[in-house]
Amino acid sequence: MNCGVCTAICPAAEFYNYDPRVIVETVQRGNEEEIEELLKSDTIWYCGECMSCKTRCPRCNTPGLVIMALRKISQELGYFVYSEKGRQQYALKHVIGESILKRGYCVTPDLVKPEMHPEQGPVWEWIYEHLDDVYERTHSNYRQPGAGALREVDSESMDELRKIFDVTGGTEFLEKIDSCSQHVADKEKIDLEEAYFLKTYMENSGRHQ
Amino acid sequence: MNLEGKQQIWKDYQKEIADDRYFYARSCIRQTFFPGSEWAYLDIMKNKLAKDVIDDPRHTTCTGIGYHSDIVPAETIMTVVARHFALMTEAGYENMTPSCITSFGIYTEILETWHHHPEVEEKIREFLWKATKREFKKPRNLAHTSDIIYKFRNEIAAQAKYKLVDVHTGRPLRGVDHIGCHYSKMFPTKGIGGAEFPAVLSGMIYAWGGDVIDYPERRHCCGFGFRQYLVMANRGYSVANSKKKFESMQPYEPDFIVANCPGCAMFMDKWQYTISEMEGTTYGQDGYGIPVLTYEELTALVLGYDPWEIGLQMHQVSVEPLLDKMGISYNPEAKFKNIRGEDIGVPKCPTYLRV
Ligand code: SF4
Ligand code: SF4
Repeated sequence: MNCGVCTAICPAAEFYNYDPRVIVETVQRGNEEEIEELLKSDTIWYCGECMSCKTRCPRCNTPGLVIMALRKISQELGYFVYSEKGRQQYALKHVIGESILKRGYCVTPDLVKPEMHPEQGPVWEWIYEHLDDVYERTHSNYRQPGAGALREVDSESMDELRKIFDVTGGTEFLEKIDSCSQHVADKEKIDLEEAYFLKTYMENSGRHQ
Repeated sequence: MNLEGKQQIWKDYQKEIADDRYFYARSCIRQTFFPGSEWAYLDIMKNKLAKDVIDDPRHTTCTGIGYHSDIVPAETIMTVVARHFALMTEAGYENMTPSCITSFGIYTEILETWHHHPEVEEKIREFLWKATKREFKKPRNLAHTSDIIYKFRNEIAAQAKYKLVDVHTGRPLRGVDHIGCHYSKMFPTKGIGGAEFPAVLSGMIYAWGGDVIDYPERRHCCGFGFRQYLVMANRGYSVANSKKKFESMQPYEPDFIVANCPGCAMFMDKWQYTISEMEGTTYGQDGYGIPVLTYEELTALVLGYDPWEIGLQMHQVSVEPLLDKMGISYNPEAKFKNIRGEDIGVPKCPTYLRV
């Protein structure tokens, strides 16, 4: 089927030059060249993984899951660095991936730096300047051992988490993102963790709509 | 259609929710932006509803934001979740209750995957053993923490100090509910009301005296989109989706928004500020925004908790207009003080959004 219901419901299709119906069609056609082009394109990085398409597809397809598979392959083959949106995987690895392995959380308050998050507004800025006071007031256990919100994860649990990444291929996957990105940063003669990170985090050619 | 048939159909939209002994799985986003909600939930469960909930400090992220940002492979997240099942099993619990819609979606997806592909479950058991020497039983019951509040909404109503009613006019307050895409769009039978009839939050609103707004974009995504928010260059996607929702709900003059997912609550709160700075537009009455609450905050307000103790000062959109309508007494002076009542400054004022 090729009904386009997914495209009609898709929030990404509304704001980007993106069409999940066409993605599914391309994958089903199975033309290697076309698929390689897709894996190197910005297109596969527009989806928000909301899975609204899962609910609506009359054939029980999930374009969002097809996208997840394409994104995985694109990174395994190193194709993600060919597109602006694909290169952002380095920024995500740098921020979220490293937070998981260092702190045991995807996101922590100190990660939400006001200068990187102007949209968070002045209340967040105030919270950020008074993390200990604000979290104490709201009954948290910020960066302390034991139970409670925002507690420091104990070192044994952190070791287990890292070991899980090692045995399941998670570590290798993050290293692959790193090495492909390093290659591009070297070519551009810029530092990976500073200049390349900022570039992938902030660059927008404006050619995505 | 006869009533029996209708009841049969409606049964498909119900779900089984355990009634006690829960293993609590915290949320990275909720504890960062709404730590008071997590505290209030546990306090309500233990001290108002007399339930047994375990909060195990060895629990970590589920890595869900990494998974949906496509930097964490499926095998990895499944094994991390398997470790959480192991902690639950070791503690002697069987009911898993994540406090995050992303986690809930992931737990559901993993259990479904294992159900259809037992060989994947076997492989994950081997991975977990290799990495941690742990074993696990799958949860007997999986419920989002809002499902639990929904289940006990009438018990909560019986203990309510305040109702969702405008004390000045007697009018039921109008709430917008946002259940979050990953609550039931992927597996509609796992959410109360499925993807079509959002009932988990509206059930609470009705039980506590309020009214629910059924607006055109009620089911639309808040716009998180994982990489679409996390990477600065993509945030236009996020704010545009929330704006679409605000414009669709505003004509119905909502008194508040309540969200299932901590991310959605944070976005709908913060994006109102961003849109006001970008365009000068505000969506509430008299230049204010529409107050956005987590369901724990809504529950706690109804039960008479102090607004600042549950962290409502951490919201960008002021909640005072809602507190005033509900007739809740609060100390405005205490809002931005620390726990010892000391002055730690106050946030700057936005350009357009009234606070
Ligand atoms: S999951 Fe992706 S393709 Fe599907 S509706 Fe959401 S944004 Fe569109
Ligand atoms: S994936 Fe489903 S909804 Fe999308 S075009 Fe194909 S059949 Fe239609």
